[in-house]
Amino acid sequence: MLMLGAVCVGLMPLTGATFYVQLVSKIMILAIFAMSLDLLVGSAGLVSLGHGAFFGVAGYAIALLSPKYQAASLWWTLPVVLIISAALALIVGLLVLRTSGVYFIMVTLAFGQMLYSLFHDTKLGGGSDGLYLYVRPTSSIAGYQPFDLEKPLHFFYFVFVIMLGVYVLLNRVRVSPFGHALAGLKVNEQRMRSLGFPPIPYKLGAFVLAGTLTGLAGYLAACQFGFVNPEMLSWHYSAMVLMMLILGGVARFHGAIVGAFAYVLLQEMLASQAVFGAIAKHWQLGMGVLIVLSVLLLPNGLTSLLDRLSRVRLRQNS
Amino acid sequence: MSGSLEFLVQLLNGIQYGLLLFLLASGLSLIFGIMGVLNLAHGSFYMVGAYLAFWLARDIGNIWLAIPIELAMVLLIGVILESALFSRLYHRDHLQQVLLSFGLILIFEELRSIFFGDDVHGVPVPPLLRSSIPLTGTLSYPVYRLFISGACLVVAGLMYLVIQKTRVGMMIRAGSTNREMVQSLGINIKLIYRWVFAVGVTLAALAGMIAAPISSVYPGMGSQILIICFVVVVVGGIGSIKGAMISALTIGIVDTLGQVLLPEFSGAAVYLLMAVILLWWPQGLFRVA
Repeated sequence: MLMLGAVCVGLMPLTGATFYVQLVSKIMILAIFAMSLDLLVGSAGLVSLGHGAFFGVAGYAIALLSPKYQAASLWWTLPVVLIISAALALIVGLLVLRTSGVYFIMVTLAFGQMLYSLFHDTKLGGGSDGLYLYVRPTSSIAGYQPFDLEKPLHFFYFVFVIMLGVYVLLNRVRVSPFGHALAGLKVNEQRMRSLGFPPIPYKLGAFVLAGTLTGLAGYLAACQFGFVNPEMLSWHYSAMVLMMLILGGVARFHGAIVGAFAYVLLQEMLASQAVFGAIAKHWQLGMGVLIVLSVLLLPNGLTSLLDRLSRVRLRQNS
Repeated sequence: MSGSLEFLVQLLNGIQYGLLLFLLASGLSLIFGIMGVLNLAHGSFYMVGAYLAFWLARDIGNIWLAIPIELAMVLLIGVILESALFSRLYHRDHLQQVLLSFGLILIFEELRSIFFGDDVHGVPVPPLLRSSIPLTGTLSYPVYRLFISGACLVVAGLMYLVIQKTRVGMMIRAGSTNREMVQSLGINIKLIYRWVFAVGVTLAALAGMIAAPISSVYPGMGSQILIICFVVVVVGGIGSIKGAMISALTIGIVDTLGQVLLPEFSGAAVYLLMAVILLWWPQGLFRVA
């Protein structure tokens, strides 16, 4: 089933117009963001409302690192942006992981907002207007260019491969001893501590990994949109991605991908004038109602419906 | 001489802002402390209060008549939301409470945009409080700001009396410690939760209402104040009214003076304060629960 979905997405550009190629690229970037957040929420039980900050800071980093009208090299900017994201996640993580539960939610939100106001109020990142990234990074090494990110199709497959890579990596992490320790900490911190697993290093590891991968998504997003602004750092962005998680299903990484697709497509539909006419301008109203309904009626996400379906089918077969 | 007086004026402004934050944060803390629900839409009620003040002041004209009407309306909204939505989430995890209230934020913001548009509107100060107290030839202090501080102090005092000294307050305190026990003693805990929620959000709306003539009403005002509120609660410690008061005053003063002294970084000043507090007291200054 999953393989089938992956193949469908991979073959999509053959049929679709450029608009849809770009739309699906955007969705896949958000899916990377959502998967990395799921490492915190689903595996470690840490609900962060400040994750948009890593997304935005990475976007700003690539915009600031690039020369104004020339392409920067992909091969050094990407690692540098990832290192910046990891370092920031380490600093923020050391502070916010001193708290837990509902405190953690509030503190991550406040730190995210601190970075937001830093970029919004100072000249560092062009104030509330943000910055433009006129030219996407180039992949050329010594004159040879294996692919061109300016072409929507190349960019699509670049993001597609990265998304699959992140999916495989995070699944590996989940079944590794590190992932099991995180799962244990989520259920019973006291017991894990007495078994010799100190909580902070494990949680910090997850926080840094999640922050780095979110930075990866931010890098790609800045490339795709061609600009960055403080809204990328705002907690509304984090909340939106959390919503994708719960829509798709928490604690399973394919849930994050399904959720990203479902959320963005729903949003496109609600904001489409062809479907809703004049009220499409107020699409957030419909989105809000859908969010409330899905929390009340579908707490385990869309993928739980799929699970239930396949369980029913198994029973019928046997 | 005028320098120190100017400082005094800013200090008073800071205290007034702090008291307003206390009104908001105490509602948030009350709802969290008793029901265990994190309500991100708390800031939206601040916005609802402010826009109701704008609307009713414009159409009724008499703010003294408008305030009771508004408070009754918000109380009703609170009761409806609690019984239709929040009461279903008391036993679920925080993630779902966060998302439910995020959905509500979107709904409130969009309704605001539909009914009132996206412009900034001013709200007139009621005529009775329009004067100001002269300090020097050029400096004076508006009476309305003193009124805000006074109103917040009165509400804080009333809240203390109700929670600590009355029978209902006793039930509320007991309900936050052991829900099942209180229920088995024949007290309708669901009803108590409903009214605590409604009163909590009404406090937020009240804060928005009385702040509206100073801050004016604008899109996104709820989100902005919500985050400052979180900082207040984190610094003060959840469940402590005393902590909320002290941290609200500190943050009100730091934020106000910061805007005068370091305008570019004032946005970050309160968060820096929070980071420092977290380093030494991760549980907040006065954590009770």
